Amino acid sequence: MKGCYINGMGIVSVQKTFDSEFLSEVIVNETENVLYAQQPSYKEMIPPAMIRRMAKGVKMGIYASTKALEEAGIEIPGAIITGTGMGCVEDSEKFLKAILDNDEQFLTPTSFIQSTHNTVGAQIALGLQCKNYNFTYVNGAVSMETALIDAKMQLDNDELTNVLVGGIDETSSHTLELFKLTQIIKKEEDKPYSVLNSNSKGVVFGEGANFFALANTPNDTTYAKIEDVAIYSALQPEQVANFVTEFLKANNLAISEIDAVVFGNNGDVTHDGYYNVSSTIFNETPQVFYKHLSGEYNTASGFGLWLAANIMKQQQIPAIVKMNGLQKDSYKTILLYNQYLGKDHSLILLKNAKA
Amino acid sequence: MDALKQELKSKIIEVLNLEDIAVEDINDNDALFGDGLGLDSIDALELIVLLDKDYGIKLTDPKEGKNIFQSIDTMAAYITANRTK
Repeated sequence: MKGCYINGMGIVSVQKTFDSEFLSEVIVNETENVLYAQQPSYKEMIPPAMIRRMAKGVKMGIYASTKALEEAGIEIPGAIITGTGMGCVEDSEKFLKAILDNDEQFLTPTSFIQSTHNTVGAQIALGLQCKNYNFTYVNGAVSMETALIDAKMQLDNDELTNVLVGGIDETSSHTLELFKLTQIIKKEEDKPYSVLNSNSKGVVFGEGANFFALANTPNDTTYAKIEDVAIYSALQPEQVANFVTEFLKANNLAISEIDAVVFGNNGDVTHDGYYNVSSTIFNETPQVFYKHLSGEYNTASGFGLWLAANIMKQQQIPAIVKMNGLQKDSYKTILLYNQYLGKDHSLILLKNAKA
Repeated sequence: MDALKQELKSKIIEVLNLEDIAVEDINDNDALFGDGLGLDSIDALELIVLLDKDYGIKLTDPKEGKNIFQSIDTMAAYITANRTK
């Protein structure tokens, strides 16, 4: 039964997911082109002396990771592996702004210390006093998947029995302005925003922290088994079907054996073609989407993984994330496909832990 | 001097992001480090920058900081005696 099992999860997202039942309080916002994370109360979890220096991303990461470890019953993980596309951009902006505003003088240490990409992983380790393997992957929109691959390899090779893995990205005002200028973020006049059948460029941007407590054996809280993860740097839309079928072939699976497929459609008309596999090879498979709930960010696929793992555990797909009307009696094998700006393609294969 | 003390309290709260602490909560003779306000070495660096940026005082000897940053009283006295702006 050894493998890579999701035994605990913690999430802070633009939805009220941190303390509510699975998708019980979600809202689809079609009028904002930037969605900000719903912040839980951190005071019970983080000492006041530490919290005052933490940017939003660090706090979200600590909250989500603590919840994941608590659920899995892990006190000190064998490793802490994080993924982030943009890192602690809020403190990076503060530090760079201070350099400009003060003519390269009077630079204070706090925002500089907290501006590095590995701040979240480091602060989690400091809080836990965990001196084990600690690594942060900064690999665009496959940052979290890269962290997952590292974790899975260490579990598969019996180097560790459990690992804390997470993806985290925060928004920051200046970066958002730049993204609006370059039309990475949708224009105001493109409202109402939709991630399906959109005819406008850009995405609705979001932020969040998604953490997973993985272990090499299942327990009472197990959601799913991560069977395989694959990433690909750059593909043409017509190459996606081959990427998917080769991946399934390597896992001895046929398309018909996939019980649900979770797509990362983000409403960017320029790159929607990458999801054509939904109407070609997966036209008879129940389909799920989630970026209308999470917004787009480099580690948004963590929200997708959280969603898929919940679907696996609950054995049903909530109506709000259904892309088509198909459903199955049981969900034993779920595939996730995501890409961002035509790059950073990823596939994650989940299996029912009891299968 | 009293105006300077009030100003220092608000600046310290703002610069060090002391959540849940108001100007009225800090007494003029409260210890800033250790048992008092609980500031640490990173805060000390922030305070050194604050002296330089807002009052034109460059602390060349870090050992001086120990006495200067004892309390709002000691900070205000040192600023009054040494400020260049």
